[in-house]
Amino acid sequence: MLLFKLAFRNVIGAGLRTWLNVVVLSLSFVTIIGMQGLYKGMQYQSEDAMIRVEYAGGQYWHPKYDPYDPFTLEESHQPVTGAARRAVEAGDAIPILITQATIYPQGRVSSALLKGIPPEQEIMEFPSEQLLRTDHAIPALIGTRMAKANRLAVGDYLTVRWRDANGTFDAQDVQIVHIFSTIVGSVDGGQIWVPLQHLQSMLKMPGEATLITLKQEISEPPVLPGWDYKGMDILMADLREMVASKQVGGSIMYFLLLFLALLAIFDTQVLSIWRRKKEMGTLMALGLTRRQLIGLFTIEGGMYGILAALLGAIYGTPLIVWFATHGWEMPEMVDDFGFAMGSKLVPSYSFFLVLGSTLLVLLTVTIVSFLPTRRIAKLEPTDALRGKLT
Amino acid sequence: MKSTTQPLIELKNVVKRYPMGTTWFTALEAIDLTVEKGEFTGIVGPSGSGKTTLLNIIGSLDSPTEGSAQVLGHFIEKLSHKEAARLRNHHLGFIFQTYNLLPVYTVYENVEFPLLLLGLSNDERKKMVLDALEWVGLTDKMKSRPAQLSGGESQRVAIARAVVKKPELVLADEPTANLDAENSHHILKAMVRLNQELGTTYLFSTHDEKVIQYLRRKITLFDGKIASDDVMTPQGG
Repeated sequence: MLLFKLAFRNVIGAGLRTWLNVVVLSLSFVTIIGMQGLYKGMQYQSEDAMIRVEYAGGQYWHPKYDPYDPFTLEESHQPVTGAARRAVEAGDAIPILITQATIYPQGRVSSALLKGIPPEQEIMEFPSEQLLRTDHAIPALIGTRMAKANRLAVGDYLTVRWRDANGTFDAQDVQIVHIFSTIVGSVDGGQIWVPLQHLQSMLKMPGEATLITLKQEISEPPVLPGWDYKGMDILMADLREMVASKQVGGSIMYFLLLFLALLAIFDTQVLSIWRRKKEMGTLMALGLTRRQLIGLFTIEGGMYGILAALLGAIYGTPLIVWFATHGWEMPEMVDDFGFAMGSKLVPSYSFFLVLGSTLLVLLTVTIVSFLPTRRIAKLEPTDALRGKLT
Repeated sequence: MKSTTQPLIELKNVVKRYPMGTTWFTALEAIDLTVEKGEFTGIVGPSGSGKTTLLNIIGSLDSPTEGSAQVLGHFIEKLSHKEAARLRNHHLGFIFQTYNLLPVYTVYENVEFPLLLLGLSNDERKKMVLDALEWVGLTDKMKSRPAQLSGGESQRVAIARAVVKKPELVLADEPTANLDAENSHHILKAMVRLNQELGTTYLFSTHDEKVIQYLRRKITLFDGKIASDDVMTPQGG
């Protein structure tokens, strides 16, 4: 306690030198916590949107279905029967059929995924009810990204060519009945949604599906024979990996800031030990042991961390609270990031995030403060009083 | 480690050597010295005669290369670093030529420092600090920082810090070297008074004539050896 008291007096007494270190370190504190909160918010926001719009309570995939390999689509479909059919009839799940297609927008040729969804479904937060319109031969839904990429508008006809179950190519015009806007890019880019029954009859796959999406409220996913259940760990793996990789990239900036702050503290400590040799000699003459001296200087350094945490809390808390309440306006280009972020990113700060980051910085500051003090262990009081370091 | 001998300081054949390149420099040679409680003694001699080295050994800041140095019943050469620190903390007071005040502390805090190390309560500390500042006539400066004090005032603060815990022995290394004549006399009078009122033993290292006239005993060192040991009649006090 005595050493804390003395260290506090010394640190406060050092004036401007202390406050410069404290300000730089507090910036690191606020940046680290702020950035961590942003990434956490990004992950929560994306996961929440993807669950609401696409994954709901998880998906059952045809065993051969691989979303990264379009060639598997030809074989990854099967009739929805037995337990799967009962789940669909009970309203606990919806079947989705997927095939590869070629589209001819504006005289160009492009590939797309043709997805069949029951228009009346309510499991996915998706405007599939727009497909209930019967005034078109084949009504089709696309997202804003798809519409922009292919210059399509509501009412446009689009020629779609596909291969049916027998391997026969067929083609027909679909009409865009609605263009939806979603933050989940994975239900939008390169995709055309049509009524499930239409697609089943186009592909000559009556009653078949590629995957089944489970209702979100079902806590224990049932076993559906012939279908592989994919929980959030698998479905969100890509997103989480992407957030983690962006976090690593983003962390370089705040580690750089932290490094600069630590360098300043290290420098202050080295200078302090160099400049205060006589003071150390006096303290030893007054009865302080070497160990107490090391403790005193280490606590002095560590105190920069404590003061920085306090200062950071003073200006950082309102800042963080404001961003957590109002969110962070995102530029339009974030659509291309592959994240379901929307126009606003709302950071997420938890108690453990703040505590963990604070402890990490305090620990690093204490270690950095301790390193230069090891020289004191060899210090002779007479040398110190003469202003000499041994 | 405690001995039964009575003198406050008893040095027997103390030798101090320092390495100097490939050879050794002898700073003190065969020093035999006894100092009794309540003495007001000065070690005088030219620069490099070994005064500070002798004071450092007596103050447990250094240890002899050979011989035995017994201070307040403790054999300095046998003390661990921690024990030496404890001896200084509990029983010794130091006054330095350059005052060595802690720059970021106020006068009050500087004087309070040794008491903090002793773990005394706030009330006890406050009373003792105010007493010490009164002895040296600096109660009006207790909130000042060392940078705001004159040389004489700084040395008076150093004296207050040395005597605040009422140590058995105060070691003063050239206490008036940086002071003018008026301040030197002022400081010395304060120390004589504290020596008489508190019974504290004072041991100076000095080559200042102003100090010498206040001494009751003068030990002259020359080339690391005691050249003379004289009882004096104080002129200044």
